[in-house]
Amino acid sequence: MSPILLAEQVLNGLQSGVMLFLMAAGLTLIFGVMGLINLAHGALYMVGAFAAATVAGLTGSFLLALVAALAAAAAAGALVETLVIRRLYARDHLDQVLATFALILIFSEGTRWVFGSFPLYLDVPDALSGTVTLPGGIAYPLYRLALIVIGIAVALGLWWLNSRTRLGIRIRAGENDREMIAALGVDISKLYTLVFALGAGLAGLAGALVGAIQSVQVGMGEPVLILAFVVIVIGGIGSIRGALIGALLVGLTDTLGGVLLPELFRLFIDPASAATAGSAFASMAIYVLMAAVLVWRPTGLFGGRA
Amino acid sequence: MSIRTLLAAASLAALAASAQAEVKVGMITTLSGGGASLGIDTRDGFLLAMQKAGRDDVEVIVEDDQQKPDVAVQIADKMIQSEKVDILTGIVWSNLAMAVVPAATAQGKFYLSTNAAPAQLAGKGCNPNYFAVSYQNDNLHEAAGAYAKSEGFTKPFIMAPNYPAGQDSLNGFKRFYGGELAGEVYTKLGQTDYASEIAQIRASGADSIFFFLPGGMGISFLKQFADSGVDLPVMGPAFSFDQNILQAVGDAALGVKNGSNWSKDLDNEANAAFVSGFEEAYGRLPSLYAAYGYDTANLLLSALDKAEPSDAEAFRAALKEAAFDSVRGEFSFDTNQHPIQDIYIREVIQEGDVFTNKIVATALEDRSSAYVEECSMK
Repeated sequence: MSPILLAEQVLNGLQSGVMLFLMAAGLTLIFGVMGLINLAHGALYMVGAFAAATVAGLTGSFLLALVAALAAAAAAGALVETLVIRRLYARDHLDQVLATFALILIFSEGTRWVFGSFPLYLDVPDALSGTVTLPGGIAYPLYRLALIVIGIAVALGLWWLNSRTRLGIRIRAGENDREMIAALGVDISKLYTLVFALGAGLAGLAGALVGAIQSVQVGMGEPVLILAFVVIVIGGIGSIRGALIGALLVGLTDTLGGVLLPELFRLFIDPASAATAGSAFASMAIYVLMAAVLVWRPTGLFGGRA
Repeated sequence: MSIRTLLAAASLAALAASAQAEVKVGMITTLSGGGASLGIDTRDGFLLAMQKAGRDDVEVIVEDDQQKPDVAVQIADKMIQSEKVDILTGIVWSNLAMAVVPAATAQGKFYLSTNAAPAQLAGKGCNPNYFAVSYQNDNLHEAAGAYAKSEGFTKPFIMAPNYPAGQDSLNGFKRFYGGELAGEVYTKLGQTDYASEIAQIRASGADSIFFFLPGGMGISFLKQFADSGVDLPVMGPAFSFDQNILQAVGDAALGVKNGSNWSKDLDNEANAAFVSGFEEAYGRLPSLYAAYGYDTANLLLSALDKAEPSDAEAFRAALKEAAFDSVRGEFSFDTNQHPIQDIYIREVIQEGDVFTNKIVATALEDRSSAYVEECSMK
């Protein structure tokens, strides 16, 4: 394999990693602050993509579409939090899983009711279409580079929010001791709604950004949700830094595993069965990674609580 | 009124209902989840033919299998045991068909396939009560392989998801292409990002691409491929270019060649009536799944004109005749009860605002399936 191809695959891994981070960051924030397992996070990703496709179709502006995705998903998140999730904080995880699973079904069928069963059209904006030639002669799609940049910008923004702002202090305080910050006069229920909406908005943004290069359809969020759970388990539940490192690890393992494992098998067996066996092993690679990390550090890479 | 009279009245009413509907058809298909558009078109095509025929002695019961084999099996059991259907139909996916069809035919029910037709059921597992009206799974891929050969491509890069139908697909392509490959890649089922495969295609020096990625997978691949700057001729089976998917892909699919046994511009009377009837009834263009559903219903009706399903021998013989006007033109059954039909190459074009297909060549004439010899029915 040539170095150029390898470099391109590393970029692909990074790109899928940072998009996973947008999903995982919200999930881990919500779990960290509220102790809630939110299976409906994938549904919010879908809401973002559908909102973006609708607005892009009406206005033709991709930027407006992104804003709409962020706003629609955050609004859906805030609504769901006040109507449903709020009643679940005191319950055990099984109740939360059941209720948020029900939300997946409601969102999916609701979306089908409004938009129909056929996939929607959402495309990369003209300004970002095509490829650029990077140093070393790698021709790489401009849109994917933009995704990497946006993902890194969001990660920096979250870091700033979490460590440099009053809201961040409250979020961290909420993670450590819920009762105490309530006793200190912080409106905990407003904080929860805000954190939930923030997480939802990030998921919606990811849905819109990825929707432009994938298929905008009902049920698009669930496969990503599974990966996002793998990411936060690897990174350590509740840690944003863990989510970033975990997402990059998962993105790189997934992409490079898919390329390198069939190549590796080709050294030992004939090409046709190498392709089959290699890709079968590649789809297991991230779960093997997760198992290995958990053996080494049972609470994940940056998980504080034992 | 005593309970006894009530019961008598109820059973009379039941008798009256069953007298009205003499034949019960159970349709199991996918109406929710990511694969719903395929099942919805299958159902709509089937019901359109029923409605046109205007027969009130056939009752169609439709249920959603959610694209899950276990759900499909439960529905089939319920339809056979308590609804007492005579005929089953409608399954889109091969893995669901494998879970339902052998058990249903073993219980003496007829199964008419509107889509899925895995190799197992065409060869050793063929059954006198099983008819595939659509194709045999390999057919459309074989057509693409034949087309690649006739176009003189020498280094195609081929790709499919790693599951039985994906492996059948690449084998079908290779069966009729027979030359050298630039690469052969199996992707994950349900994969949505193809950046890494596209990079491999770019590096492989391929002169063309063949891929089989049904549903959302194909939409994702085509959009990403169009944006990658790799400019190679693309081929595939019709599944990734059906009427509903094309609208979501947009410009990215223009010019793609795909193997299909049906197209809306096929020039025959039955097809013209089907396409205009479908547009009028549902306000959208039909896909090939709708065409298979429509043909299946018409085949069923043609057989019902001659025999009752209760007389299995006669009904089977009536089905085998295939005495109906197929929207695909000439149509007959081979000994393994899979179609013998022409398979075409279509090109994706734009008509006004709508993306659709037109036929550009006939890839395989009177094509049967590769597994006829393995079937014990002669």
